[in-house]
Amino acid sequence: MVEEGKEIPKKIRLATVWLGGCSGCHMSLLDLDEALIDLLGYVDLVYGPLVDAKEYPDAVDICLVEGAVTNVENLELARRIRTNTRTVVSFGDCAVTGNVTSMRNRIPVSDLLNAVYHEASAPIGAEALKVLPALLKKVIPLHQAITVDLFLPGCPPDPERIAAVFKALVASAEVDLPADMRTFG
Amino acid sequence: MAVDIKAKMKVDMKKTVTIEPITRIEGHAKITIDLDDAGQVADARFHVTEFRGFEKFCIGRSFWEMPGITARVCGICPVSHLLASSKAGDAILGVRTPAPAVTLRRLMNYAQMVQSHALSFFLLSGPDLLLGMDADPAERNMAGLVKMHPEVARAGIRLRAFGQALIRALGERSVHPSWSVPGGVRGSLSTADKEHFLAQLPEMYRTLDMALDLMKDALDRYAGELNAYGAFPSLFVGLVASDGGLEYYDGHLRIVDGNGRIVEDNLTPDAFLNQIREAEETWSYLKFPYYTPFGTEGGMYRVGPLARLNVCDFAGTPRADRELRQFRHFGGPGKTVNSSFYYHYARLVEILHSLERIEEILADEILLDHHIRSRAGVNQNVGIGVSEAPRGTLFHHYQVDDNGMLEKVNLIIATGQNNLAMNKTIKQLATRFISGNKLDEGLLNRVEHGIRVFDPCLSCSTHEAGRMPLHLQLRAADGMLMDEIKRG
Repeated sequence: MVEEGKEIPKKIRLATVWLGGCSGCHMSLLDLDEALIDLLGYVDLVYGPLVDAKEYPDAVDICLVEGAVTNVENLELARRIRTNTRTVVSFGDCAVTGNVTSMRNRIPVSDLLNAVYHEASAPIGAEALKVLPALLKKVIPLHQAITVDLFLPGCPPDPERIAAVFKALVASAEVDLPADMRTFG
Repeated sequence: MAVDIKAKMKVDMKKTVTIEPITRIEGHAKITIDLDDAGQVADARFHVTEFRGFEKFCIGRSFWEMPGITARVCGICPVSHLLASSKAGDAILGVRTPAPAVTLRRLMNYAQMVQSHALSFFLLSGPDLLLGMDADPAERNMAGLVKMHPEVARAGIRLRAFGQALIRALGERSVHPSWSVPGGVRGSLSTADKEHFLAQLPEMYRTLDMALDLMKDALDRYAGELNAYGAFPSLFVGLVASDGGLEYYDGHLRIVDGNGRIVEDNLTPDAFLNQIREAEETWSYLKFPYYTPFGTEGGMYRVGPLARLNVCDFAGTPRADRELRQFRHFGGPGKTVNSSFYYHYARLVEILHSLERIEEILADEILLDHHIRSRAGVNQNVGIGVSEAPRGTLFHHYQVDDNGMLEKVNLIIATGQNNLAMNKTIKQLATRFISGNKLDEGLLNRVEHGIRVFDPCLSCSTHEAGRMPLHLQLRAADGMLMDEIKRG
């Protein structure tokens, strides 16, 4: 029973998103290990690889976005995330800088596709674009697509960093990571 | 979308069921199912919508960088890329990699097998297997598992953590360790670490006992459906040791057909790759490899846990061999186990085997030897590295100039090799569960689960697996929406 005058603490609505990347940042999130069970006590995971939501929901409190923006679907989702989310976190080096995902940027998309696919029926051209999302000419970091509230670097950010960010966000405190938690790689 | 479907209807007068997106985790993919006028499934396709281009953008870089770069292909199985890339590098150096380094690499590979399979079984497929295919979709996830079966969820998380911690102890971090390099590895394991992990093994074995019981319960519950989850003969491919035992790191490739007959044996990676061709389709960024001598239909093959248990003669460790004998009953005497649903079971047998191997290695005095790296320059211009990743056989094939700059890169990824089988599985499930004009949520989840049994890593153009949200629409030939179901 909740004492009179005290509100039931509202659970934080957390989303996680995976754009163009390797899922390593999500793996690092899972590396919170048993602390995940505690985390689920004060957040509702409303969207992301580990849950069952079809569309990005409204009124999300925190969204961790892993990966860079590589295709038109990523771009659409990023815009939706911004509209529906209070705090957007650029989660890991691909989201923050483009990182390995953007290593394709010096090569024109058509050259890339032609190099990887050789057959006449390769997924290139108008036929392919009926079912497959078009690649952007350049992979861009998240903040070039939408406004980002917080940058959490690392490839991946280690679980200690992730825990530190959650600790601050859950307490509605300012996130102020020490210098050794703000490194790339 | 409705307009598109209608336009398509006009052309082929069919109904189309679109499942989109199926993945988020899995990267990014969708399924389309075409129905004929009688409402029966005419075709089904699994479209992978992710493209990354490693094979192109790595050209011109040094092969020394490749373990670090290609680990970023996949955050779930970075160790597999690390090892395949290092082994390709070993071949370019042309040196003998010190035996202690090989043992340490094997150790890390077993640790990864434990963590990746634990993720698949407990956190991704576990909600289906333990809460039920027809459970409330709002609850059928990791959080629901924590709520309904807290002891199972905690044990699964701790099993995964055991594997990740062992990787971290060896390579300083659990995701993307910079540790294995051409010629060897960069660090050994301390005695304190060895004792720490040995002390945890009894708990991990108990977790496996529990998981195997849960698995067998699930096999009983779904006995009537198992023949729909990708149950068909196909070729199976995997590494086996020189004595025919289960092998993840070295050995040779063996191809077995759907009746358990050995098609080819003792293949080097080079000889195997010469037998494989990759078909391409306009509708997927994922290629379709097949065994060339049997053509695109007959040459379909599966890799990964199910394939490895089908191609090996024995596991080589006592607990896993006992379990393997039970597993083989599901195929019949001398036959392969052909339903893809048994990938789950095979994964557990492999965790068990990996734990036993970890125990052996941790007790091996070879770890005291500090000779863990051979140094050399470029001595060969071509190097092929192979390893068994959690999802199947992985190849890195490099060609370099005399300075070690890459001229050619070909990555043959485990999940890609299952592409034809995943498509066939989707079609089989759709044929079994989709007909007439009515869809239901349990059906959606079964179609999804048909993908999930493969634990696909679509990337290795990108991956990871987990909950795949679905949106199915059933439309009549005139485009009218007859039934619709969303989960989310």
